[in-house]
Amino acid sequence: MNTKVLVAPSPHIHSGDSIQKNMYGVVFAMLPALLLSFFYFGMGAFIVTLTAVASCYLFEFSIQKYLLKVEPSIKDGSALITGILLAFNMPANLPIWIIIIGALVAIGIGKLTFGGLGNNIFNPALVGRVFLLISFPVQMTSWPKALGFETSYFDAETGATPLAIIKEGLNKGDSLTDLLAKLPSNVDMFLGNMGGSLGEVAGAALILGLIYMLFKKIITWHIPVSIIATVAIFSGILNLSNPEAYAGPAFHILTGGLLLGAIFMATDYVTSPMSNKGMIIYGIGIGILTVVIRVFGAYPEGVSFAILIMNGFVPLINVSVKPKRFGEKRK
Amino acid sequence: MLKTFSIGGIHPEENKLSAQSAIQELPIPQIATIPIAQHIGAPAKAIVKKGDVVKVGQVIAQASGFVSANIHSSVSGTVFKLDEVMDGTGFRRTSIIINVEGDEWLEHIDRSEDLVTEITHTKEEIIKRVSDAGIVGLGGATFPAHVKLSVPPGKTAEVLIINAVECEPYLTSDHRVMLEKADEVMVGTEILMKALGVNRAIIGIENNKPDAIAHMTQVATKYTGIEVCPLKTQYPQGGEKQLISATMNREVPSGALPIEVGAVVQNVGTAFAVYEAVQKNKPLFERIATITGKSLKNPSNWKFRVGTPVSDIIEAAGGLPEDTAKIVGGGPMMGKALVSLDVPLTKGSSGLLLLAQEETARKATKACIRCGKCVSVCPMGLEPYLLMVLADKKEYERLEKDAIMDCIECGSCSFTCPATRPLLDYIRLGKGKVGQIMRSRK
Repeated sequence: MNTKVLVAPSPHIHSGDSIQKNMYGVVFAMLPALLLSFFYFGMGAFIVTLTAVASCYLFEFSIQKYLLKVEPSIKDGSALITGILLAFNMPANLPIWIIIIGALVAIGIGKLTFGGLGNNIFNPALVGRVFLLISFPVQMTSWPKALGFETSYFDAETGATPLAIIKEGLNKGDSLTDLLAKLPSNVDMFLGNMGGSLGEVAGAALILGLIYMLFKKIITWHIPVSIIATVAIFSGILNLSNPEAYAGPAFHILTGGLLLGAIFMATDYVTSPMSNKGMIIYGIGIGILTVVIRVFGAYPEGVSFAILIMNGFVPLINVSVKPKRFGEKRK
Repeated sequence: MLKTFSIGGIHPEENKLSAQSAIQELPIPQIATIPIAQHIGAPAKAIVKKGDVVKVGQVIAQASGFVSANIHSSVSGTVFKLDEVMDGTGFRRTSIIINVEGDEWLEHIDRSEDLVTEITHTKEEIIKRVSDAGIVGLGGATFPAHVKLSVPPGKTAEVLIINAVECEPYLTSDHRVMLEKADEVMVGTEILMKALGVNRAIIGIENNKPDAIAHMTQVATKYTGIEVCPLKTQYPQGGEKQLISATMNREVPSGALPIEVGAVVQNVGTAFAVYEAVQKNKPLFERIATITGKSLKNPSNWKFRVGTPVSDIIEAAGGLPEDTAKIVGGGPMMGKALVSLDVPLTKGSSGLLLLAQEETARKATKACIRCGKCVSVCPMGLEPYLLMVLADKKEYERLEKDAIMDCIECGSCSFTCPATRPLLDYIRLGKGKVGQIMRSRK
């Protein structure tokens, strides 16, 4: 035989799955929410998204190439996800320079200081977001009203998010019933017709993305379902105990970044647990912390903090929660 | 809903290209190279020497110990020499090389096609015949069959499970045996049941073979105690523990044998070989194999004599395609890559697969993105990503604690990994070392 043949151990075939396929699959799943954000917030949404994505790419490429002197990994699609998620977490009138700082913190500190994709402990987009929230609290919490293409980027009419309205109102001693009456209806909130960050407003579009990712087996149901169920149960119990002080499950699920967080942020491969059991524990943790921060904490919104806190527990969860081994129960 | 095993599993592209091709007989080779180690356990001891004249079916190497198997001549002719020859595992092993002259069989072998249904032998006689005939597990593991039939004292077999899953992509030899030799398989199953003293047998077949399920179910009605169990197509269902889980809903404990839960598993091809050995006096020197590949002219199924070179079966199927990059003995998930076309086909050769570069070339290893897909596909509930890291760091104690020895090397993790990490390569390394440590402790 003249031809040379390969000799390698089994398996001799591969599924063809790749990091790129999964990453671009997530990007595809984010498209409905992205398009809807353009619809609600007009030019501003477009400028914020473009700036966030471009600067994430730029920082990933230049830090890897010139600082770390490694082969840049921008083709794997993870910088694109970080960019879009970062934009999803920003108001549509955020100044460009703040967005660029957010991208630098997300990619530089959140991701590359840990060793790049696969090694970071905290979700990079959330690291960027929380950094901005603490550093620029005014700009990060002035939300343009969803006026479609009427929304101006430079001089937007701003208003508070439903969560902030409730928080401030309750602090002032207003009754919850009066406050809820001021808010958009549940249907409007589900469709995204309310103030908020770019990507968090449109629950319907986010759920469409979730269905796509489940169908494509990019993620499993464990994390999103356990987060949403925990929030529903926990806020439901609070609501039943005192309906005048605590809003109900529908309010908590449809407002703020809960769906965005549960579907796209908490499910980040790198920063979530490996086993199904671990994922459920992680999801329950996020659900409880979210409600605790929202209801009892100083901030009106708690999803980002909840996810980041649980990110920190992931290594511990991976070490201590083992999958059910085959043949283990009969010993 | 169709049954399947309890944890994990994957569904690779089936590619059963040769499923419709009836079994043909491969011409007898001019020179047969018969290795004395074609099974798990001690190699057999050669009892012929250069110049000896042998007949088809004659013992040429004797089992050395309980876990070993006789080797019979598959051809008639003169022993040319005993030599170290590279076999399918890539190692040089002693082989008996025979110059073929004619095709003269031992007289007591019944070569007729007549079906013999009446089982006249006792339990002990059956086990002796199976042992004498050198029968090994024909699914690919080649574990001597008589060992599994000898139930250890204190244990009882309840059910015989016939493994007709053929979960490896591409392979179709078991499928063809069921379509063409269903009655023989049934009688073989009855013989095995008698040897084990059980009155129930389950034949597990995946539902990607609806014709085999229909045919076997219909034939099974003529026999008592044999039922056909259709299974959801899911790899690695042909793994012994997975098949028991799928058909009986019982989990064999970690480190234990199937008999612990009352089951004995035999391959469908083994059942056919047992039929031939017990009813027809025919030892195991020929079997069915699939020759297949996407570029191959004629993917097909062949009955071959043990010792036939791999090149013969490739020629019969239309010659080696130009784009062949890897020659695999067995299926694409668990088969072994062969180093040459001169390697002889043996008792364990269930198939030969020719893969092209784009189908089999490995891609660059990327950083683990911790997606957890390896954990969710592992049929043993292990954490392949972790085992790989621990094996790389030589953390043998933790590997043992994290149940690395439970790994059945099915390759589902490496197959699935989006970062194309060689998970199973590292797990094998770790298993080798941990196994060594565990043995030295005893």
